[in-house]
Amino acid sequence: MDTLAQLAHGFSVAFSPVNLLWCLLGTTLGTAIGVLPGLGPALTIALLLPITYQVAPEASFILFAGIYYGAMYGGSTTSILLNTPGESATIVTALEGNKMARSGRGGAALATSAIGSFVAGTIGTLGVAFLAPVVVKFALSFGPAEYFSLMVLAFITVSAVLGSSAVRGLTSLFIGFVIGMIGVDLQTGQPRFTFGLTELLDGVDVIICAVGLFAVGETLYVASRRYAGKDEIVPLKGSLYMTAQEWARSWKAWIRGAFIGFPIGAMPAGGAEIPTFLSYAVEKKLSKHKEEFGTVGAIEGVAGPEAANNASAAGVLVPMLTLGLPTSATAAIMLSAFQSYGINPGPLLFTTQGNLVWGLIASLFIANVILVILNLPLIGLWVKLLKIPAPQLYAGILVFSTVGTYGISQSPIDLVVLYLLGAVGFLMRRFDFPTAPVIIGMILGPLAEAQFRRAMTISNGDWTVFFTHPLSLTLLVLAFIGLLGPHIWGYVERRRLKGQEAVPGDA
Amino acid sequence: MSVHDEPAAPRGVAMPELLIGLGMLAAAGAVLWQTLAIPVSPLYSKVGPTVFPYITTGGMLVLALLLIKAAVQGGWQPEEEKETPTDWKSMAFIVAGLVANMLLIGPLGFTAASVIMFVLVCYGFGSRRPLRDLGMGLVLSLAAYFGFAKALGVNIGAGFVEDFANGAITTVASWFGA
Repeated sequence: MDTLAQLAHGFSVAFSPVNLLWCLLGTTLGTAIGVLPGLGPALTIALLLPITYQVAPEASFILFAGIYYGAMYGGSTTSILLNTPGESATIVTALEGNKMARSGRGGAALATSAIGSFVAGTIGTLGVAFLAPVVVKFALSFGPAEYFSLMVLAFITVSAVLGSSAVRGLTSLFIGFVIGMIGVDLQTGQPRFTFGLTELLDGVDVIICAVGLFAVGETLYVASRRYAGKDEIVPLKGSLYMTAQEWARSWKAWIRGAFIGFPIGAMPAGGAEIPTFLSYAVEKKLSKHKEEFGTVGAIEGVAGPEAANNASAAGVLVPMLTLGLPTSATAAIMLSAFQSYGINPGPLLFTTQGNLVWGLIASLFIANVILVILNLPLIGLWVKLLKIPAPQLYAGILVFSTVGTYGISQSPIDLVVLYLLGAVGFLMRRFDFPTAPVIIGMILGPLAEAQFRRAMTISNGDWTVFFTHPLSLTLLVLAFIGLLGPHIWGYVERRRLKGQEAVPGDA
Repeated sequence: MSVHDEPAAPRGVAMPELLIGLGMLAAAGAVLWQTLAIPVSPLYSKVGPTVFPYITTGGMLVLALLLIKAAVQGGWQPEEEKETPTDWKSMAFIVAGLVANMLLIGPLGFTAASVIMFVLVCYGFGSRRPLRDLGMGLVLSLAAYFGFAKALGVNIGAGFVEDFANGAITTVASWFGA
């Protein structure tokens, strides 16, 4: 009952006219950037970080959360009509959604994805409201050693387990660590990794890092690949009203997708891709219309993954708010927004910043309602955004990148760092290194270091503290299994299949 | 959930991937050099500011060696990435736009530098109407300057274009005010 009372209070915060306007602005902006290829929620929130100096924390987090949810809705429109996933989490939506659009059922695909996003987003947000206080109770018993081990587990799952290659994921993570360590060490005041440059004493701003990797790197990549086939927009055909049969095929997939997505998102591993793939596999297996998968497009194959995607996006907020543990690039940038206010997300956030947390959660419910309205009756508006030609779109992204970067301190050095990171981002994109671990490593690395040093100080420099605390040990063992488990498994399998061709390990 | 991108047949050393591995090795070296340069106070000798940098150096070293090993064994690029030719000309125009922006933003101000970048980037992406792009770039940059930067309270360098626009706005405002 306590949760309900808190939530009711949260609604009183979120329903203030100003906060409703922020929510409307965030969801509109989020849908727009979700629709536009090349722009994502992580980049957009990074560019808007300076707003934290201007408005109250409630307002900026309601704005950011609206962008975050909105991008999930908008991304599916691009996937369905353009077959170019606007967001990595909507890759699966493109599989069936684009087939449906090509066979003249684009309207139904958009409808099931928007309503499915609403259903799953609402279930997911309810999940946040009811699960978060439970996690908080649990987390209050954590000491620095447990926090450090939990962060190690998150590092491993985010970079090594979820991507296409553990080595490349970890490489990205370690690059993030180095970027995060640049500047003055907060405990001792010693400058680190500054190469003698006074400009680097303050560290590399997360805005520069996100803009460099996501905007400049992406623009260079798209430019280098210009000849690689043009995507055509499938004109929106078919009524947005779903038939009774389409409803019947959709609603179970929404519910299943939500229950697949939320728990995976809420784990300290995160990632929206895995639940969407999982939901797709489940729907394909359970469907009575298997022949439609991959041919004319099956509506379950859109409904399930879209729901999973939105529910896991909500789930990611649980470790972010209760443990201060971001598991996606967007969550990591939101964490830096908390830091900008001098607020530390963690178990105490729910008592010290009740207005903020519950106002934010309540605004997520409102955002879902606004988004389903924005994305169904007003869908024609967003389809028009897809017609912005690539040259002007990417040139415009670079102009806004300059505003975001140069605005920090009017230093051309910042632009040099931005372009260097852009070159790194281009190479990473070109050679299949994930970029999200860089941002996570950069934000979470210094926090992990602080917890590590705190734990070591408490234990008087005794390294075994991480192994003698049972919970800390469990988390480290899990991390170890996550890192080496697949390799040991692969080795055993290879031994069993001995005689067949030797398989080189993955990189 | 690691997906093994296994080569179909044993291949030779993949040069681009090898360079990336060597680059990572060089980066690990640079990190080690900078770690050794961190002055350590004896007060913090137990867990001082260098413990994490050393751990990071070690991790980077191992990862660099694993990347080099993968490169020697044929690399990891997906086939379709390798088969797509890189459009160097297009990239050169983007880079030219970025460099022009960096060099000109100080002397000319944000809007003028951004317009030049906008036109160059559009050209790099295949637009062949630079005059139209110039107009669009000007409108967008001014919108970014007055909408985004002013609303966020971000201070971006004003140049002659902004001064002119500011002057025009003040003049127009004074007409209505009078």
